[in-house]
Amino acid sequence: MVAAEGQRQELTAASPRVALRSLDTLWFQVAGTLCNLACSHCFISCSPTNRTHEHMSLEQVRTYLEEGVRLGVKEYYFTGGEPFLNPQMEEILEAALACGPATVLSNGLLLDVERCRRLKALSEASDYSLDLRISLDGYDAESNDPIRGEGTFERILKGAVNAEEAGLTPVMTVTEVLQENATQQGRQRFLALLEARGIARPRLKILPVFQLGAEAERSGAYAEWQRLASTDEGEDGPGAESWEHLQCSSCRMVTDQGVWVCPILINEPTGRMGERLTDTLDSFPLDHPACWTCHVHGVSCKT
Amino acid sequence: MSQRIPEDEVDKEQRARRDVAVDKLTAHRGMATWGERLVPLGEFRQAAQGYGRQLDAAARQQQEANFLEPQADGVRVEGPFSKIAVFGGVYNNSYALEALLEDARRRGAEAVYCLGDFGGFGPHPEKVWPLLRQGEVRCIQGNYEASLSSGREDCNCGYADPRDNHFAKISYDYTATRCSPEYKRWMGTHPLRRRVRVGDHELLLVHGSPRQINEFLFASAASTPYLEVLLNEERCDGMLCTHSGLHWHRRLPSGRHAVNVGVIGRPANDGATHVWYSLLTDGGAAGLSVELAPLVYDHQSLAQDMRDEDLPQEFVETILTGWWTTCLEILPAKERARSKF
Ligand code: SF4
Ligand code: SF4
Repeated sequence: MVAAEGQRQELTAASPRVALRSLDTLWFQVAGTLCNLACSHCFISCSPTNRTHEHMSLEQVRTYLEEGVRLGVKEYYFTGGEPFLNPQMEEILEAALACGPATVLSNGLLLDVERCRRLKALSEASDYSLDLRISLDGYDAESNDPIRGEGTFERILKGAVNAEEAGLTPVMTVTEVLQENATQQGRQRFLALLEARGIARPRLKILPVFQLGAEAERSGAYAEWQRLASTDEGEDGPGAESWEHLQCSSCRMVTDQGVWVCPILINEPTGRMGERLTDTLDSFPLDHPACWTCHVHGVSCKT
Repeated sequence: MSQRIPEDEVDKEQRARRDVAVDKLTAHRGMATWGERLVPLGEFRQAAQGYGRQLDAAARQQQEANFLEPQADGVRVEGPFSKIAVFGGVYNNSYALEALLEDARRRGAEAVYCLGDFGGFGPHPEKVWPLLRQGEVRCIQGNYEASLSSGREDCNCGYADPRDNHFAKISYDYTATRCSPEYKRWMGTHPLRRRVRVGDHELLLVHGSPRQINEFLFASAASTPYLEVLLNEERCDGMLCTHSGLHWHRRLPSGRHAVNVGVIGRPANDGATHVWYSLLTDGGAAGLSVELAPLVYDHQSLAQDMRDEDLPQEFVETILTGWWTTCLEILPAKERARSKF
């Protein structure tokens, strides 16, 4: 352990640091790593038994919302696991929507008619947008279910239809492991599916193929050279400002375990930056292999 | 597709898949994922608590103050005026620009400001240039001007959706090939931000946001605390922007103003064919008055020119109906719910 720690410190010292330019996006790992699914491609391995991070309480969330307001957060994102597994999720959203716009990343399974109706009421009570993002992994059960689980394709679509009928205009994201999705044809096919199910004005986000590439790299072994060095150039040349294309230059992630640099590194203890948001306003060393992926592929988790 | 798999093979495959699934569902009992490894939960938690800081109250206050400290941009303040007109997003719409200059003059604007994006979407880019010059319009660069004057290959509009990018490219290529090198150079001569005084209110003029030239500021997606912090940082009494295409005005709890002046290049996705700009007037003791002004122009002639130039039918439809047919993916839920397509 000691040797490993020494190595890490060397590595950290050799890594470029990204400054927090402004805190635009505040993430909440509101359901922790607990999920009612266990998708094969889940990059933080969520499942019904994964308690690496646990549900956040309304009180915990409030503390960070208050800090977020003082620090000028522009928008709030809620993810998990599955956010609607959190029994206080609707109160949490109500509190967030008093502070700014909120986006929920959901797998759609818990979006029954009643819940969608309540979410619509929450959204109407606020001047800010409540955006729902629902993920699918294919155009049919054959492509989706092996990844997300048996029978999930139909259940996800049912949730999406409920959301649409309640007037929530959900954003559907497709992350299928097929290149086809990024093409005009793939898009048409997906739109046709949604329209056939009664989603008249589908909002569609097709996650670009590089994220899948990123996924593959994340699960595979990284080579030594796949790390950022302080001599590497950012987008506009060397120096702190040049890392502004990385989401960690304008976001933080809160879990029940504290504040982390970004949504990607919550399974790395070194990604933890502090207890309160104000503990985490300093720069962060880009010393994790995932940072290389972010830099090269331009990964961003928000809509 | 119709390749037959023997029955017992199917069974075996299904069973294997189910085993993997059950494994995944229960693997984390008492364990945590640390990078690629499974470790006992306590080990992860302890390691995590060892990282990060826990500052005391005084240090937190100091951190927060440093983080929010105002930045001086050294930009000279123009004015003071008692009334100005501000618009953005011309998108090659010379008909609307003509109507705007006329309307602003009639309504007593002492200065006229353009927040950028002269080109894109509409026909005959070069027609806009003499109007801007003769009208003595004080301009800043939008992402279009920044891209065209630097020879960039795309408009840097900031769309994420492939269809939106497809149409954005048509617009940009059309505009780029029809602007003279002189016009493009002229675009690059404008500053990226301006400051102007109306009465004793100092206003900051930017294209997307003070932080980013192509940031979309929609009413339902820009929190009030965010806007207050921006205005503190920039030390101004009001911030005027465009870029997103939808106009809005918010009087902040501090009494200051955030305004998206809208665009005059295409209608505001509300089923009406007119476009929008803003008038800012010093009201003396009553403070600053912000008016979002509708602007009617000859949209039929614009549509005809667009058809003659073979611009996409989708664009023409927007001009004639007032409903957007593209750029819909960037809209937040509330703005999207109000749109037709
Ligand atoms: S639904 Fe999302 S959080 Fe849950 S396992 Fe699948 S990818 Fe992970
Ligand atoms: S993983 Fe990406 S977002 Fe997270 S710290 Fe590294 S570069 Fe930043």
